[in-house]
Amino acid sequence: MKLRANLIIGGALFALAILVGVLAPWLAHTDPVLDANLLNAEEPPGWTWWFGTDDQGRDIYSRVVYGARVSLTVGIVSQLINSVIGVALGLSAGYWGGWWDDVVNALTNVMLAIPSLIFALAIMAVLGPGLTSLLIALGLTNWSFTCRIARASALSLRSQGYVQAATVLGYGDLRIMITQLLPNMLGPIVVIGTLGMGSAVLSEAALSFLGLGVRPPFPSWGSMLSDARDQITTAPWLSVFPGLAIFLTVLGLNLLGDGLRDILDPQSRSRRT
Amino acid sequence: MTGAPLIEVQDLRIDLDNGSRRVAAAEGISFRIDRGETFGLVGESGCGKSITALALIGLLRQPLSIGGGVIRFDGQEIQHLSAARQRDLRGNRIAMIFQEPMTALNPVSPVGRQIAEMFVLHKGKSWREANKLAVEALASVRVPAPERRVNDYPHQLSGGMRQRVMIAIALACSPDLLIADEPTTALDVTVQAEIIELMRNLCAERGTAILMISHDLGLVANVCRRVAVMYAGRIVEERGSADIFRAPSHPYTQGLVASLPRLGSRAALGRSRLKEIAGVVPAITSFPEGCRFNPRCANATDICRTVVPMADALEAGGLVRCHHHA
Ligand SMILES: Nc1ncnc2c1ncn2[C@@H]1O[C@H](COP(=O)(O)OP(=O)(O)OP(=O)(O)O)[C@@H](O)[C@H]1O
Ligand code: SF4
Ligand SMILES: [Mg+2]
Repeated sequence: MKLRANLIIGGALFALAILVGVLAPWLAHTDPVLDANLLNAEEPPGWTWWFGTDDQGRDIYSRVVYGARVSLTVGIVSQLINSVIGVALGLSAGYWGGWWDDVVNALTNVMLAIPSLIFALAIMAVLGPGLTSLLIALGLTNWSFTCRIARASALSLRSQGYVQAATVLGYGDLRIMITQLLPNMLGPIVVIGTLGMGSAVLSEAALSFLGLGVRPPFPSWGSMLSDARDQITTAPWLSVFPGLAIFLTVLGLNLLGDGLRDILDPQSRSRRT
Repeated sequence: MTGAPLIEVQDLRIDLDNGSRRVAAAEGISFRIDRGETFGLVGESGCGKSITALALIGLLRQPLSIGGGVIRFDGQEIQHLSAARQRDLRGNRIAMIFQEPMTALNPVSPVGRQIAEMFVLHKGKSWREANKLAVEALASVRVPAPERRVNDYPHQLSGGMRQRVMIAIALACSPDLLIADEPTTALDVTVQAEIIELMRNLCAERGTAILMISHDLGLVANVCRRVAVMYAGRIVEERGSADIFRAPSHPYTQGLVASLPRLGSRAALGRSRLKEIAGVVPAITSFPEGCRFNPRCANATDICRTVVPMADALEAGGLVRCHHHA
């Protein structure tokens, strides 16, 4: 029962975040950028301004709603890039072994030795701020865990009876990797992937906080936190709501990762039915 | 179709490279299997049955390799074929099933899909067609309610059902040769008989030859028309199944036959014990000179300890590798 709660709560939080991002134009009360009005500056949360307003009089609720778009795009797309790179490298290295394995291992070790946020920062510095740069920078720097997991799984799976049976049945290497190995390592890969999405959301916030993310005035949760840091004592709602949005999204992704692991394991699936 | 055998193995040697030196894990292996024929390979654990099978399908991997000899399949030498050409043969014209039905199926893929994959891979079918054929294939191995069972995962099936699925996969492309390496050792005795019967019938329908590998001479002789007995990397005797029971020629085979429990023997002979062959199988690195059976053989003489016996043709048909054969 507890496992199912993971999946439902996590899935609900993540779905909510996606829904908010997609439906932003209908959910928002005001335009997140244009509707500035200094007469309403720094209103606390209340009936008219649900999450309060910032120092330019913009509606925080509307900005948080729009901010979901940036955070989720970065989280999902950059993690997908990471997962594809990590799986392709790790799976092939573990299955083929030999010199290719050595190359991939060396590459992974280099990636693990450099903190990924610093690496992303360096890439951002070259590419300049903006959404595309964010996707590239975060998508290229966080695949080492996926790669490690994929390699270890491939190493242990390749001696399994069904992998050898597939060889005997005339499967080629690529087909074996895709049909026999990949599905059997999907559980941990998906778990790492959802956790990675969470950390990409955090990294986006960090990079935007440092001014390297999406260009202001368009809102992202990270840049909103960055703008709010001077008023953290006088107008705490400026930081609380984007912070809460980040927290709930990351929490949702983590719970979802756990829940998915249980669903993707066919042994536990039959136990339930 | 007469004359040319389906598969012909001549003087095959399999090398085992254990770091410092090469030893022959199997040598002088020669046999032929005709189209639609059933041929058995029998011998104690470690005598080289499985590696011989792997050599046939081109899947010997380090430290094992083919050290010499010829394997001719359908008139064509296949021991030096490219990896891609060998892959085309595997599963399509030469199929193999293993003793472990528990682990030979992919646990996260529905069994129907695993059958269908064979049609997609080797016959160029679309997935839609292949899925239809998979239901038929499952029906042909007598799995009840195949339209529903195709969606089952392996862990939802019993051991016997899984082995049926393995047979369905192996026979999906109507191969010319089915290699069955101890196909039933992991199963209950009653299920064993069913599976063997099913395999034999399906192969007969398709004209598929069977190479059956087992340490159980009784089982193999029941299923196969001819039997080869292996000992320590060599074939020591090859005979028709009936002959090998009636008049085994090689002392090792004689020992094997004497050690088999026979129906009615208890009644006839009172409480006589089954005979065992004294001694142990030599290790691969310390095969004795000459005939490898000589340390355990009651008839051994000096020549047995120095000269490797050749395979002699027997008058009654068959081959035996012994200096003093009956
Ligand atoms: N990968 C390997 N590495 C080293 N030695 C091997 C390898 N595979 C097989 N051998 C050796 O080759 C010999 C023949 O092995 P094989 O598996 O063919 O025996 P078998 O007759 O099939 O026995 P069983 O009845 O136990 O299956 C054995 O001595 C074994 O130790
Ligand atoms: S060759 Fe000699 S040792 Fe070998 S089986 Fe024959 S009699 Fe026995
Ligand atoms: Mg074996």
